[in-house]
Amino acid sequence: MGINVGENLKHYIKAFSLIELLKGMRVTGRYLFDRKITIQYPEQKTPLSPRFRGHHALRRYPNGEERCIACKLCEAVCPALAIKIESQERPDGTRRTTRYDIDMFKCIYCGFCEEACPVDAIVETNIFEYHFENRGENIMTKAKLLAVGDNHETEIAAMKAADAPYR
Amino acid sequence: MEFLAAIWSEIPAAVQNIIVILLKIVAILVPLILAVAYTTFAERKIIGYMQVRMGPNRVGPKGWLQPIADVVKLLFKEVIIPTKSNRYIFLIAPMLTLVPAFVAWSVIPFADGMILADINAGLLFILALTSMGVYGIILGGWASNSKYAMLSAMRAGAQVISYEIAMGFALVGVLMAAGSLNLNEIILAQSGSIFSWFIWPLFGLFLVYFISGVAETNRAPFDVAEGESEIVAGFHVEYSGMAFALFFLAEYANMILISALTSLLFLGGWLSPFQGLDFLTELPVLGAIFGNGIHWFLLKTAFFLFFYLWFRATFPRYRYDQIMRLGWKILIPLTIVWIFAEMIAIGLGWRPWE
Repeated sequence: MGINVGENLKHYIKAFSLIELLKGMRVTGRYLFDRKITIQYPEQKTPLSPRFRGHHALRRYPNGEERCIACKLCEAVCPALAIKIESQERPDGTRRTTRYDIDMFKCIYCGFCEEACPVDAIVETNIFEYHFENRGENIMTKAKLLAVGDNHETEIAAMKAADAPYR
Repeated sequence: MEFLAAIWSEIPAAVQNIIVILLKIVAILVPLILAVAYTTFAERKIIGYMQVRMGPNRVGPKGWLQPIADVVKLLFKEVIIPTKSNRYIFLIAPMLTLVPAFVAWSVIPFADGMILADINAGLLFILALTSMGVYGIILGGWASNSKYAMLSAMRAGAQVISYEIAMGFALVGVLMAAGSLNLNEIILAQSGSIFSWFIWPLFGLFLVYFISGVAETNRAPFDVAEGESEIVAGFHVEYSGMAFALFFLAEYANMILISALTSLLFLGGWLSPFQGLDFLTELPVLGAIFGNGIHWFLLKTAFFLFFYLWFRATFPRYRYDQIMRLGWKILIPLTIVWIFAEMIAIGLGWRPWE
């Protein structure tokens, strides 16, 4: 046994020269002058993926006919039970929804509805800046969803086209 | 102007004296409080930068009005007094912390002759007042009637008392070198050139003093008294509004005080580092900048203040037993050895700082 003088001396020199503290301070000191990675949110925004899953929208065909055929696959696949659909036969013999509600409070933005949809009717857009001010506004009705789709059709189409090769 | 001079001469001399002293106090306290406000801003900004963030930048241009906004917010918040607390002590405690932190500034020489009270035992006065501050913390923690506040008060008390000793010993080293307790004379004893500053012969004491200063003010990495991960916010959990702001103000005033003292005792305060280089100090315009003056004192203080923020951004918090070990088993023996060596040096008539 015996005291290891060399080791002890090394330890004391290391401790009393504060070398490890200075090493730590060098790291933080270097970052002081580093470029900041903060995004100044309302003025600057991060790029969004074409797969981004934000606010929902119901799309239409170019001729103005709504795409949704009330197959209810999205309602069936929805893990949060956020979608409620009622359908009826129209005078021209096609089946269309009379009610298409998404409860935005229940929705978990998983995107299963979009994947289940055989006609690409329900989609999730890259809109993420929205809010509700009154109780009940969280229920997105068919009319509201169609309006979102109408207003953002070019963006939605571009997003889907960008993502299509990877689907 | 003559009218004012006439009024002034009508006032009795004793009252004149009081008015002058009051004006001097205002002239010290207002910049000090502003400095405290902007130290909080600098802290958030610098720590932000060290964490590759930007820090507050929304209130006013580049965030410069942030401290004003913070003050306004705290002023208008309600001071909530816990039901089962001891009301009077609860309200007196923040003042007990703040007052010593401010009073200590009365003996700080800002420049040659710029000193409110040039008393003989200035250093002793400061040592006494900085230890007073902990009474406010202990009383505040006790009066809150909260477990967290109580634990924190205990920690703060034990910590401050432990580090007071190392701090006092470090000051003894300075006293021995300067041969005076008067702060102005301590500075004058360091005049000559940059190499007659006490930091060179007393480097170990300088480190001990600054480390115990950080511990004295309960700042990171010695902030177990605050310890937000274990005891929420320590002694001021129950405080809100202006009562909380007073604790906050005292903490930062103490930080600035310790930085100022470190620069006074070890870096020659308002002495210029270019002292003795006559070709620089006798330049026509730049001479005033290179010469002695308050700006060097402020610069040195700001330098040490920056180190406070740097420490906070860098080091993780010490465990409680590690703090006690560092204080009692490392810093105190170190200062004793250093003082002993200094004593021998003085006894042999070898005074390297002269």
